[in-house]
Amino acid sequence: MIETKNLQRSFKNGDVETQVLKGIDFTAGDGEFIAIMGRSGAGKSTFLYQMSLLDEPTGGEIKIDGHNTHTMDESERMKFRLNMFGYVFQDYALLPELTALQNVALPLLMQNHPKKSAYAQAAGALERAGLGHRLHNLPSQLSGGEQQRVSISRAIAHKPKILFADEPTANLDNESSRGIMEIFQDLHKHGQTIIMVTHEEEYAKLAGKIVRMDDGKIISEVINRG
Amino acid sequence: MPLNIRIGFFLAFRALRRASLWTTGLIIGVMVLTFLNLVVVSGILVGLLQGAVDAVRTQYTSDVIISSLSDKKYIENSPNLISLVDTLPQGSVYTARYREAGVLEANYKTRKETDKPNTASAVLVGINPVSEQAVTGIAGSIVEGEFLSPGDYDKVVVGGYLLKQYFPVETPGFTTLENVRIGTKIRMTVGAVVREVTVKGILKSKVDEVSMRAYMVDSQFRSLIGRNDGNVDEIALKLSADATPESVRDALLARGVGERAKVQTYDDAQPKFLKDIIATFNMLGTAFSSIGLVVASITIFIVVFINAITRRKFIGILKGIGITGRAIEISYIFQSVFYALVGSGLGLALVYGFLVPFVAAHPIDFPFSDGILVAPLDSTFFRVGLLVFSTLIAGYIPARMIIRKNTLDSILGRN
Repeated sequence: MIETKNLQRSFKNGDVETQVLKGIDFTAGDGEFIAIMGRSGAGKSTFLYQMSLLDEPTGGEIKIDGHNTHTMDESERMKFRLNMFGYVFQDYALLPELTALQNVALPLLMQNHPKKSAYAQAAGALERAGLGHRLHNLPSQLSGGEQQRVSISRAIAHKPKILFADEPTANLDNESSRGIMEIFQDLHKHGQTIIMVTHEEEYAKLAGKIVRMDDGKIISEVINRG
Repeated sequence: MPLNIRIGFFLAFRALRRASLWTTGLIIGVMVLTFLNLVVVSGILVGLLQGAVDAVRTQYTSDVIISSLSDKKYIENSPNLISLVDTLPQGSVYTARYREAGVLEANYKTRKETDKPNTASAVLVGINPVSEQAVTGIAGSIVEGEFLSPGDYDKVVVGGYLLKQYFPVETPGFTTLENVRIGTKIRMTVGAVVREVTVKGILKSKVDEVSMRAYMVDSQFRSLIGRNDGNVDEIALKLSADATPESVRDALLARGVGERAKVQTYDDAQPKFLKDIIATFNMLGTAFSSIGLVVASITIFIVVFINAITRRKFIGILKGIGITGRAIEISYIFQSVFYALVGSGLGLALVYGFLVPFVAAHPIDFPFSDGILVAPLDSTFFRVGLLVFSTLIAGYIPARMIIRKNTLDSILGRN
């Protein structure tokens, strides 16, 4: 479970300070699929980065499964990211010199899995994403949709507690986007907690809860009963 | 193997494997050149002098040289000493030389009353041509005419530095003989004795002690200087391959030879200025090497820095998905060390497989020596170690600089 209290994030540029998150109180329960929506500049990605420990808030607190992240040093945050979280970025964020299999296996190897089991687990994740025939291809040899599926495989191969996705369909065509969302729905069905930033209503509606943000604040939280 | 090292190696290996061949080749090329700069520049500097030292040893002092004490005209009881030398188990051959300062004069037959005599001060040496050739092989330095034979009568071999055509130097107080060719008659004056001799050969060597001398057969020379007691001025001793000059010197000194002669190894006999120049060149070599090392470090620093800057986003992603900064640093260190090792390996192959044997076979023709390439293995490997270490540091620092940046800023490309 993630809980934020009065979460704030501001950026300084010279003497000018811009408040991007203006005190957010938010809770995400285990197994929820939450879509965060809002206009460009509303602060949704910044909010996601705070929760996923990729960035540090300038105020307020974040608790993950009861752990106050405010007291963690960078090494602890890194361990947390490695073991508890999975990330899907808008631009896939794959390492170009690694094959699909190696990209997915890397976090597992960092978790000290034996090489054989790491690769087997990575291959399993890729096969589930429909990329069993692309294991040894480099990212440059894959389409955008395939690269995003590799990215999802990497994010879930180590069975993270929470999957964060920052506009995962933004760079994809409709067909690829639908494929990605089907994977997310399937993961959610199997109990995966997902927090996804999107600006596409069509895909947000697939989530269990839609959180709308504007001007650095949450303006609504709607449970999707459809 | 610790996890960070394993992951670092995993990342480095893949990065190197997928790197552009052109870039990798360029970096390795720079490392090879740096290695050559480290080893060859100082090796040539030292080799330039080593060539001179080797030539003095080969052509003049041989392994051990016994010479008269500074306050004596010659080595007293030389026949006894020669008998002792004969019994040395380490000595293979020796040559005994008579030596006197004298003056050579040329063109005296064509000189007018008003003309200044054409003279040159020289060290005149009496030798046994067979022994001398066996020890120093100086007959190989004859550039005109022939070397002496035991039966030669009033024949002389003149060093090139005594002749104007071989040593056209106009130094005040220093004169050379003009128009002297093979068959030319010249006058040799030792003390009050003057003898007319015929030039049989001209000898040219980069060893001053060889080229500033005039040689004649010892039996003739003894009559010229009026010494018939068998006492000589120098004995050059060439040792068998398994003997060390120091052990022979010490053995001779232990037998009391030091009381009537100066016993020196070829190394002891080096003039002080040569030792000073060797020390100076060693320092210069070290200075050049240090500059080379700094250049190599800066090159690797720039390469790794540019690489890390351009890959900053991926470094951010790696950190984002939980790869430790240490593992990423180690991957850059592995890459830097790879470049240094491959560059050094190719450099070693080039130096020992080609340059050293080539320069040994074709010495570099410096004005005062035939330079060789001195690259002792221990010092070369020390330099390889320095190169690898400095490269390691140069790879680590820029990687560390980029890795320390905020993870999200790296992923988003924010400054």
